[in-house]
Amino acid sequence: MGRDDAHRGAEEVSATAVVGDPGTDRALVLQAQSGDNRAFGELVTRYMRRAYFAALGLVGNHDDALDLSQEAFARAFRARRSLDPERPFYPWLYQILRRLCFNFLRDRKTRAAKLAAASAWMAADAGDHAAQDSPQRHVERAELRERIEAAIATLPAHEKEVLVMREFEGLRYREIADLLGIPIGTVMSRLYAARKALAAALEGEP
Amino acid sequence: MSIPDVQADERARHLMMAALDGELSAADRTELDRLLEGDPALAAEWRQLQRVREVTRTMSMREPSQEIWEGYWMGVYRRLERGIAWILVSVGAIVLLSWWAWEGLEKLWQDQALPTFVRVGALALIAGVVILAVSVVREKVVLRKTDPYKDVIR
Repeated sequence: MGRDDAHRGAEEVSATAVVGDPGTDRALVLQAQSGDNRAFGELVTRYMRRAYFAALGLVGNHDDALDLSQEAFARAFRARRSLDPERPFYPWLYQILRRLCFNFLRDRKTRAAKLAAASAWMAADAGDHAAQDSPQRHVERAELRERIEAAIATLPAHEKEVLVMREFEGLRYREIADLLGIPIGTVMSRLYAARKALAAALEGEP
Repeated sequence: MSIPDVQADERARHLMMAALDGELSAADRTELDRLLEGDPALAAEWRQLQRVREVTRTMSMREPSQEIWEGYWMGVYRRLERGIAWILVSVGAIVLLSWWAWEGLEKLWQDQALPTFVRVGALALIAGVVILAVSVVREKVVLRKTDPYKDVIR
């Protein structure tokens, strides 16, 4: 090992001692804060799916979800020095993302635009059920899903947010409450209101 | 998970939600069963909610193509790059426009044949622009920091 190698090795040991286990969110945040763009890129790769689907659940449109989630990462990068590395990265990013999405929904002018944008953001079927159903049951289920999808699009944003986190991200109540900074009781109340609205949409079937 | 103790109706709703989502303890399950047995309206509501859950359980969000994920970071990077470009363009434009405006006003001012009302108009324009600039900067820099509602999502 040459002198430069030894020096570099000492620097790496020192950096590891400061940032902790390499590859953790904390380490990547610290590296990003010290100017390592690749470390931030790693955080983007790690959380892009989660951010995209969270945005998709809220705005109901692929292009807007992509746009808003990328913008959230861009803003997070600009504000990275204000992030406490001891705090988890995703909840911080999510606060930026949800503010962008809520503002976007508020600014989207007409109800017609909302409904048009909300179409076809759900997958055709969740695999297992499609295979098990009879053709008639399959068609019936598809109709119900369409009705539910349309009803979700018209939910108030706060209710939709909780419903999407529970139903499509599979988060537990405690995780949702922590992410949104609200009590578990409020999570359940919003979920109840959302599901009641969906039930009403199903009841209105022909 | 223990359900927070709230008023009767609210508690029944919370119990139903927790039951649908598999977050109900054995004791709470017993309580929910008792409530459903004693209240036909609640039992009907419970069946509606179960039906909704049955449908949403089969739904998932549409997965975008693999290319979206492959180009995702580049999309973020382009935004950052363009953000810097816009700042530079804006700063340059402000400097150049200010300089041209200053030069133009100076020539206008030195023109002895200029009527007084035009000079007054030019002065009013300058004063107005300065007041607007100060007002906007103050709102962005000073008031924004102290606004207690700045984090409220409306």
